[in-house]
Amino acid sequence: MTVLLIALGAAVGAPTRYLTDRWLQSTRGTGFPWGTFTVNVAASFVLGLVLGGPAPHAVVLAVGVGFCGSLSTWSTLAYETVRLTHERARTASVMNVVASTLAGLGAAGLGLALSTVLWR
Amino acid sequence: MSRAPATVLRGQGPAVAAVAAGGVLGALARAGVGLLVPVPPGGFPWGTLGINVLGSLLMGVLVVVVTEVRTAHPLVRPFLGTGVLGGFTTFSTFAVDAQTLLGGGHRATAFAYLAATIVGAVGACALAMAVTRRVAGVRQ
Repeated sequence: MTVLLIALGAAVGAPTRYLTDRWLQSTRGTGFPWGTFTVNVAASFVLGLVLGGPAPHAVVLAVGVGFCGSLSTWSTLAYETVRLTHERARTASVMNVVASTLAGLGAAGLGLALSTVLWR
Repeated sequence: MSRAPATVLRGQGPAVAAVAAGGVLGALARAGVGLLVPVPPGGFPWGTLGINVLGSLLMGVLVVVVTEVRTAHPLVRPFLGTGVLGGFTTFSTFAVDAQTLLGGGHRATAFAYLAATIVGAVGACALAMAVTRRVAGVRQ
């Protein structure tokens, strides 16, 4: 059951990341990696909501471990950060990783705070 | 140029399926590591750090191999990169764990974790790309 719930969440989360990235690249261009930034911040918020209160175990597995874990990514964030330095966009490269981390921390904090209301 | 979401979806069936399948494998591997390396409250999240650094390293190798060394099937990168490695590594757990450490007063651990992940993941990816190029004899 655990495997099934995590798989279910991941089967939704990973394609959502892929399609969000494609969509934002088509609307905002390929300069700054807005797609990865957006999914990472959104997933941090939702995971905060899930883990901040006494959510049902099935929700933690499917939405938390499966969906949020697969919606967000570090490997692509790392690659895009390196790619920006290769393109001599050093400021954008540093901004990418710093802004992602700060926004992710903020979103996670907000989710954790709101979850006490949600799972009451 | 703005495009409607429907246009972005067109012809993406095989890629979406590859990403979903890879994402499931990556997520289950991540959950397996989580069981093997549990984190006590206030402890340093070694498991997630290891996952994110290893996944970023493998992404560096993969990207160079499929874009510079040889021509890969168009679904290789969606499956292995976006799917498996994307599902294996996670940013949300990184952010929530760091935020929880900060909120719990474990400031030193939180900052060490943030720095280790950022330097480790970006450094591993850059190093892997450079080494892969060198091994494969790719000129930069």
